[in-house]
Amino acid sequence: MIFSISWRNVWRNKIRSLIILVSVALGITAGIFVTSFYKGMAKQRIDKAIKTEISHIQIHHRDFRENNEISRYITDALEMTTTIRSMNSAAGAASRLISYSMVASAETSAGVKISGVIPEDEITVSNLQDNMVEGTYFKSAKRNPVLISSKLAEKLKVRMGSKVVITLQDLNNDIISGAFRITGIFDTKSPAFDESNVFVRYTDLSTMMLIPEGAAHEIAVRAVDNNAVAGLRADLVSRYTGYEVLTWSELSPELWFLTETMGFLAYVLIIIILLALLFGLVNTMLMVVLERIREIGMLMAVGMNKIRIFSMIVLESVLLALSGGVAGVVTGTLITLYFETHAINLSGMGGAYEDLGFDSYVYTSLDTALLINVTLLVILTGILGSVYPAYRALQNNPSEAIRIK
Amino acid sequence: MSIIEVKNLEKIYDGSQVEVRAVDGINLSFERGEFTAIVGPSGSGKTTFLNLLGGLDNPTSGEVVVDGVNIWDLGAGKLIDFRLHHIGFVFQAYNLIPVLTAEENVEFIMELQGRPRQEIRNRTLELMKAVGLEERMKNRPSKLSGGQQQRVAVARALASKPKFVLADEPTANLDSRSAENLLDIMEKLNKEENITFIFSTHDARVVKKARRIITLEDGKVMRDEVIQR
Repeated sequence: MIFSISWRNVWRNKIRSLIILVSVALGITAGIFVTSFYKGMAKQRIDKAIKTEISHIQIHHRDFRENNEISRYITDALEMTTTIRSMNSAAGAASRLISYSMVASAETSAGVKISGVIPEDEITVSNLQDNMVEGTYFKSAKRNPVLISSKLAEKLKVRMGSKVVITLQDLNNDIISGAFRITGIFDTKSPAFDESNVFVRYTDLSTMMLIPEGAAHEIAVRAVDNNAVAGLRADLVSRYTGYEVLTWSELSPELWFLTETMGFLAYVLIIIILLALLFGLVNTMLMVVLERIREIGMLMAVGMNKIRIFSMIVLESVLLALSGGVAGVVTGTLITLYFETHAINLSGMGGAYEDLGFDSYVYTSLDTALLINVTLLVILTGILGSVYPAYRALQNNPSEAIRIK
Repeated sequence: MSIIEVKNLEKIYDGSQVEVRAVDGINLSFERGEFTAIVGPSGSGKTTFLNLLGGLDNPTSGEVVVDGVNIWDLGAGKLIDFRLHHIGFVFQAYNLIPVLTAEENVEFIMELQGRPRQEIRNRTLELMKAVGLEERMKNRPSKLSGGQQQRVAVARALASKPKFVLADEPTANLDSRSAENLLDIMEKLNKEENITFIFSTHDARVVKKARRIITLEDGKVMRDEVIQR
């Protein structure tokens, strides 16, 4: 009966209740949409980094990453790659030779990271082949092919078919150069990555660097999905004890920080919205209590104890907030679901987002945990919004309250 | 045997310049099944006396003993519980819960008591028939006349099967016909259920029905007459 009274009391003053209900609904809708937007943005950035740049897991010689010393290679990398690819939780694996060196055109030169890849293996861990804007992904029969980005091509003032010279250090610490021909140009929309990465064939680079057959500096591993990463890493750590096995969040902590920050900001935003609504709710509930002094006095007189009266007022406030909260969660969810499949176009912002490595077409990403937590926070707001009004209600003396006109 | 004994009951308000003795040393006892009117001019202490009797206001001194228990020795929580189980209230302004229907207003008290659902249903129906509102059970108070609302209030007061019912000016807001009708119902229920009714009133029609009339003046009992009807 107390629930029934509270629920009916919510609708006693429809206009007033609707105002607070719509405020809560709009606030929650905006909160869910904005947080889903930023989550989607961060997720796309991380997905892109995983698919294009770092994969889920990388294996290195324990000392390689310290100075990128080329002599610190994994001796049996190609064999390990084959084994890893056969693991259930691995979707792909590829060995890479890595050299931080220089690429030069006839006009100018640039410091870059040169990756020597086995194309048929590399496509199992990277989507670089999907980002080709000119030429092909190592399908050319030409000798010493190299893939560079359109940004780097512009910087070096080269184009498809141009020759570039790669200069690097071999295992004997001798500086050697090799001529490569541009057979493909890619654009991953990540300016920092594009400007500093070039790709050649594993065999061409291993010959130049004098790296023994079957060895590599890095093994990139793709898990079947994000949830499988931790398990796969544990398997690899126990299997390859002599090597360093790191996940994407360890390799690129700034990306991990981005996800964490987005999650944290989502809650900060929701809490700010709910705090603003809390004051409206307190105001409404105070009005409710002041209007019903006589009724509350009567309830106390006929034997309704203070806990029940307190609960009745708290319940009314929670139901009011929750009605708006549920409406907001439903609306916010529907809008977010729509934009999960219909991108929000930010390209009109002059490529500012792209320069930061984000996509200019953002798909929202709905977080079910957020929806549950928002609902719980709305209930908490309802409770907090009613504590003072309910306390005020209980301060009345029933004999005086029932005589108030 | 008396069910209520009032001993040296006092309620003194400290005014800014002079203290007001709203109830001034009242000693009374009430038997089961009484139908008693408390009369007196405005400011004579009728309402204050009823509030003290019902445990709604603290006395300055004295006792209200119900079935051997001084209600003012009970803690605040137990006193509320005591009111729920042993006292029925009828207020001048009806004071029904506007969002509940007539029957729900009656059921509400029994639900607070934690009575079984079927018993609540039966008792509600019985009382709504007794006050002649079985046809209007589903109506909310706003759809009932003043007289009908006060009849629902009487049914509510009796729902908990109290030891006694306190009614403060129950007919003050009613027209003659509604007031007569309400009094007939109260009198009938008083006899059928053998529940003590104590009501404060200015209304001569109410006084005419009472079997005991206590007259208060300046917080003191001036007359206490038993009327043979």
